Amino acid sequence: MSAPWARAAMADRDPAPDTAKAWARVRHAFRARPSRGQWVVAALFLLLGFAAVTQVRSANDDQYTGMRRDELVTLLQTLDGADDRLTQQRSELAATQRSLQQDSERNQAAVEETRRAADALAILAGTVPVVGPGVVITVEDPDETVGASTLLNAIEELRDAGAESIQVNGVVRVVAQSYVTDSSNGVVRIDGREVKRPFVIEAIGDSHTLDQAVVFRGGLADQVEALGGEVNVEQTDALEVTALAEEREAEYARPAR
Amino acid sequence: MIAVLGLVIGVALGLLFEPTVPAGLQPYLPIAVVAALDAVFGAIRAYLDGRFDDKVFVVSFISNVLIAALIVFVGDQLGVGSQLSTGVIVVLGIRIFSNAAAIRRHLFHA
Repeated sequence: MSAPWARAAMADRDPAPDTAKAWARVRHAFRARPSRGQWVVAALFLLLGFAAVTQVRSANDDQYTGMRRDELVTLLQTLDGADDRLTQQRSELAATQRSLQQDSERNQAAVEETRRAADALAILAGTVPVVGPGVVITVEDPDETVGASTLLNAIEELRDAGAESIQVNGVVRVVAQSYVTDSSNGVVRIDGREVKRPFVIEAIGDSHTLDQAVVFRGGLADQVEALGGEVNVEQTDALEVTALAEEREAEYARPAR
Repeated sequence: MIAVLGLVIGVALGLLFEPTVPAGLQPYLPIAVVAALDAVFGAIRAYLDGRFDDKVFVVSFISNVLIAALIVFVGDQLGVGSQLSTGVIVVLGIRIFSNAAAIRRHLFHA
C-alpha cells in the first residue's frame, strides 16, 4: 500500500479532503475578525437575501406576475376552453331545467284536469255536498195521494230542466241509480229509504228554468193539485245539498275498450 | 460570520420593506437568485478547499447573475425564453448539487 506507485495512483484521483482542516476553516470564519473580503461577501449576501425574499414574496403575492407571455397565452387558452365548456354545460342545464319545468307544468295541468273530472264525477255520483242556486219545492198532500210515480215524474222534469243535484227531504240524494217505490200504507221510499210527507225536493240548477219546469201547464204543480195537494216553489241563490249517496263500485259493468 | 449576518439582514430588509419587483426585472430575478446561489455554494466550496479569493467570488457572483439574466433576455427575444430559463435552472441546479456534494465531503468525509 505504501509503495510509491500506489501513492501516485491515489494522488491522481480526487484526493480525500482533510475534514479536520475544513472544520478549522469554518471555525476560523466565524471567530476571526472580518477581513475586507468578508465585508464584500457580506454585502453580496445581503443583496442575495434581499432579492430572494423579494422574489419569494412576489411569487406568492400573485402567481401570474412572474409568468412569460407564452405561458400566459397558454393559461388564457385553458381558461377560454374551460369557459366554453362551462357555458355549454350551463346551457345544457338550462335546457334540462326548462324541460323539467314544462313537465311539471304539464303534470300540474293533468292534476288540475283530473281534479276537475273528479269533482264533476263526485257531483254526479252524489258523494260530495254541493252548493249553488236552485229551487226548493215543497209538495203537500194531506190525503197522501202523491205517490212514487208523481215524485219520479217531478224528478225527471227537474232533470230535463237541467238540475245538477237533487235531494229529497234533506236525507236522500237522488243520483243515477236512484229508484222511487211505493210501499205499503202509502209510504214512499227512495233508494229503499222512507221519505216522510211533506216532500221537500231541493234541486240545484238554473233556478228560473227549474221553477218553470214545475209550474208549467200539466206539470208537477197541476198534477199534485189534481190529486188534491199543493206545490210551493221557492227560488234561492244559495242552496245546500248535504245528503250524500253511497259510493258504489261497479260490480259487473266494465268500460268496453 | 459577517456573511451570515449580511444574509440575515438582507432577508430582514426584504421582509420589512416588502418591495415589489419592477416589471422589467420580473423574468430575470428568479434566475438571478439561483445564479447567485450557485456562486455562493461555489465560494463556500472554495473556502473549504482553502483557495477562496474574495475578488474571484465577487466577479463570479456578479457575472453569474448577469449571464443568467442575459441568457433569459436572449431567450425571450428568440421566443424560447421559458425553455432557456428552464435550461439555465437545470445547469445551475446541477452545479449547486455538485458543490454541495464537495462541501459535504469536506465537512463530513462522506
